[in-house]
Formats: sequence, C-alpha cells, structure tokens
Amino acid sequence: MSDSIRRHQDYVAGKFKLVDRVEELLERIAVNSHLNAFITVFSRRKLLDQAAALDRRIEQGQKPGALAGLVIAIKDNISFRGEPLTCASRMLTNFIPPYHATVVEKILQADGLIIGKTNLDEFAMGSSGETSHFGPVKNPWNLERVPGGSSSGSAVAVRAGLADLALGSDTGGSVRQPAAFCGIVGLKPTYGRVSRYGLVAYASSLDQIGPMGKSVGEVAYLLQNIAGHDPRDATSVLQEVPNYVKYLKTHPHHLRVGLPRQYFPEELDPEVRAHIEKLVAALKEQGVRFREIDLPLTEYAVPAYYIIATAEASSNLARFDGVRYGLRRPAPDLFQQYSRTRSEGFGPEVKRRILLGSFVLSAGYYDEYYRKAQQVRQLIQKEIRQAFREVDVLLTPTTPTPAFKLQEKTADPLQMYLSDVFTVTANLAGICALSVPVGVTSRGLPVGVQLMSDFFREDRLFILGRSIEKCTGEV
Amino acid sequence: MIVSKKDIEHLVQLVRIELSERDKNDLLTDLNRILAYFEKLQEVDTREVPPLSHPLQMVNGLREDEVRDSLPVESALRNAPAKKGSYFSVPKVIK
Repeated sequence: MSDSIRRHQDYVAGKFKLVDRVEELLERIAVNSHLNAFITVFSRRKLLDQAAALDRRIEQGQKPGALAGLVIAIKDNISFRGEPLTCASRMLTNFIPPYHATVVEKILQADGLIIGKTNLDEFAMGSSGETSHFGPVKNPWNLERVPGGSSSGSAVAVRAGLADLALGSDTGGSVRQPAAFCGIVGLKPTYGRVSRYGLVAYASSLDQIGPMGKSVGEVAYLLQNIAGHDPRDATSVLQEVPNYVKYLKTHPHHLRVGLPRQYFPEELDPEVRAHIEKLVAALKEQGVRFREIDLPLTEYAVPAYYIIATAEASSNLARFDGVRYGLRRPAPDLFQQYSRTRSEGFGPEVKRRILLGSFVLSAGYYDEYYRKAQQVRQLIQKEIRQAFREVDVLLTPTTPTPAFKLQEKTADPLQMYLSDVFTVTANLAGICALSVPVGVTSRGLPVGVQLMSDFFREDRLFILGRSIEKCTGEV
Repeated sequence: MIVSKKDIEHLVQLVRIELSERDKNDLLTDLNRILAYFEKLQEVDTREVPPLSHPLQMVNGLREDEVRDSLPVESALRNAPAKKGSYFSVPKVIK
C-alpha cells in the first residue's frame, strides 16, 4: 500500500491531527528555504483554519474525501483562486487568478489540503529549474546540482518532505525529468486524461498536468483523484477513469516489455546504463519478458518537439500584452506599450522560444520547419504505436545523465534542449509515461527509469512501476 | 546562416519584443545554431504524410446549449493594470 493511502487511512482513523501536520510541514519548508522550492506558501492562518475544520469533521465521525489528511503542493502555473499565479515570470508577479483550475477543484473536493505554489522554469520553459524569475531551485541530493525542470519545485517539495504529493505539468518531460533527477516518481498521463483548465498554456498540443509522489502507489492514487473529462477543457477525453490503485497488486509476469535500442546509445552515462541493466535482469527473474525494439525516428524527436513547442508557445504567449492582467510598462503609444511590457516581463529563455517559434511559423519557413515537424510527429506517433502491438510497455532511461551541475548548460540552449532526448517522444505521440527511481550513482545522484505505454494504459505503467519498486527495494 | 540580422529585426517587430544590440547578436548566434540542428528533419521522407496537429483523433463532445455562470465583470477586471468603468483602458489607438 502506498504511503499516502496509509496516511489518509491513519488520518481518518484519528491517528494524527492535520493542524499538527501543517505546522510540521511549514517548519520544514522554512528550514529548507535554501532549496527555493516554493514561490508562494499559503498563509499559516488559512491553512490552519482549513486543517482545523477538517479535523473537526473527523472528530465528529464524518467520512471525508479520498485525499483527506494529505498535503499537496502545486506548480505555480496552475490556478488557485485568490492566490498569486506567477509562472515564475516577472510578467505575472502581480496576477491573482479569479478561478480554480479543475485539478485544484478536484483536490479540494476530495479534501486534499493545498499548501502552496512551487517554483518552476519561467512559463515551464526549461529543463533545469534555472530560468525562474525567483532564482534557481536546488537539488536536495546535492546543492550544486540542478533538480531538473520545469516542475522543479514540485519534485523538490516531494523529495525533501515539504508536501506529501505534488502536481507538475509535462510538455516535453517537465514532470518525469525532475522526478528522475530528484529520485521520486512522476507521471505524464495520456494527453486528455487530466483537464488542463486553469493550467497556463505553454504548448497546448503537448501540455499535460501530472502527479508526483514518493511512490508509484501515491502517483496512481493522486491520478485517480484528478483524472476525468471536463466540459471546460475540450481536449479532455470522455473516458471512464479506472480504479488505478487496484493495479498496484497485479503481478507483472504477463507484461511484454520492449527495450528500444535508440534509448541506449554509446554516449549514455555508464552508471545510468548499469542501473537499467541490473533492473532488467531483476525483472526477468520475476518472469517479465523483454525484447529489443527499433525506434529509428527517435533522433528526430527533439528537433520536431522544439519546433512544435516553440511555435505553439509564440502563439500562446501573445496574450501577455499588459492590457488585461500582469505587468504593464506604460507608453504613449499602444504598440510601444506592448513592446516595453513584453521586453521587461519575459526572461531570456522565454524570449528565445517566442522568437524561434514565430520564425518557424513565418512566411517562407512554415513548410520547411513547422509543417515538416508536424509530419515527422505523425510518423513518430505511428512508429511508437506500432511498437505497442508487439509490447505492452517500453522501458528506457528517463534521462541520458544524472542531474547536471547548476549553470552547466545555461550558456548553451541547444545542449539544454538535447537533455530532453528521451522524454519528448511521449508528448509528441500523446501517450503516457512514468519515471521511477532505480538507484543512486557513486556520486550520490538518483537515476530514473522511464516506462511508456499506449493511450490510456496508465494501468500497465503502475503494474510494472510497482514491481520495479519491489526490485530496487525503494518502497 | 539561416537567419540574418535583418530577419531578427523583423521578428522582434512581429512579436513585440525590444532587444538590445547585444541581445540581438546573441540571439542571432543561438537561433542559427538551433535552426541548423533542426535541419536534421529534412533527412526524413515525409512525402504524402499528413501533418499531425493534435495527438488524439477526437470526435466532437456535444453538450446541451444552456446558460451557465460566467466570470463577473468585477472579477475579470480585478487584475487590469488600468480600467475605466467596466472597460480595460489602453493608450489611444485611433488618432
């Protein structure tokens, strides 16, 4: 059983008070402020009032929601009514959203307590947590290393025990890569599984909100409570949410697992490779069947991804113009006002992506870049879905290396983009993917294994993910 | 070189972002390196391949056409940097 389900049950059984838990976590957040995991921690008073109200309901013997007793941190690109929503950008430092994201409503309906908003790469654009207007997030395993990004603060909050669970968003690996770098579990659900209403859009055909936790069970449990169709998000899917938690007890011997050759290149970090090989051997012992798979289009995923993501970003971020909300730098002329506002409001990486995106969409280049990338996307999706006729799950490293050093890649955007090489395919194809910790390197840095499966087959990820935890003795 | 300095000048106009000369030069280097890498896609044969703009083949989900609550004007205007009455206020556009 997962820690969170047990904690929830303990809470309902009256074994602890949520007010005490909130005090404990606020203290931990304060002690760990050097990690820079949070942008906004909600007011102590509001949190304690909510906790006390729930404590009273438990005392009265009422049956609370499935997330009662659990404290959740959410990435600061997800809207919580009445609390600042910054996207870690100067553009939005004064923005207070007037409505809840659907995932927030669902968590609150299930009696989960949201403690605050976590730090991220500005507008979720980055792979290291370093592009935030509020300064870089630090990896709790090694303060000189990045925690990954862009859901940096959410991964750190879970790892450092500043919250029980967290939500991130994953456009090209932004949940899975920080989960791998911080030694936690992170899921990118199938596109359309979770409502994006109230998530600030970066690249709308790729974005998906994903749960993060210390164990596969926790992530399955949180997904259970946030998934489902939402009339306010036309891209969410009318499909029943299965009982994910039940799959945690399923033995994986019926699963056929593929090892795509292209995810084990020469340059792969030797310790990452060794951990994955050891895991594969252990799973074989349990009767899991493996075979090699060929995904020759893998090397085209990063360029296709960055063309599509930046193109969509250049369009989505056009709304930040200083007219309706956010920063405004007044000027006598409206166009001048737009330019001043956007120049001061956006940081360098966001500007780079807006310019890149508008270039690949511009007259004369549209066919060569944007249309070409969409065609390659079609082929990549076809290739990976064909693989799922032969295997149930694909198993790969989540990242080519463990957490890199702060500032190691900031001067070279292309190197930063290439660090997403194993995660972007799942977003391009729209399929689900999970990162699970598989061990720690000799330098004390966590390594993650990525599992990918077909549309709406999160169940398979949870079955295999749970058995990986048993192999590695993690939980 | 794929992008020229002139292209950058044009792009910053399109996206309404002002850049210093130094930033423009840095961007020129970055964009050219990134776009040169994107050229890799030309190796893939995509003749007859329809572009994929959305990962799921979805059919319209229809609902009843009914009146629902929407955001009150005061809430929608609360974050406005400048407003007049129930309107957002901007510098004069038509002169």
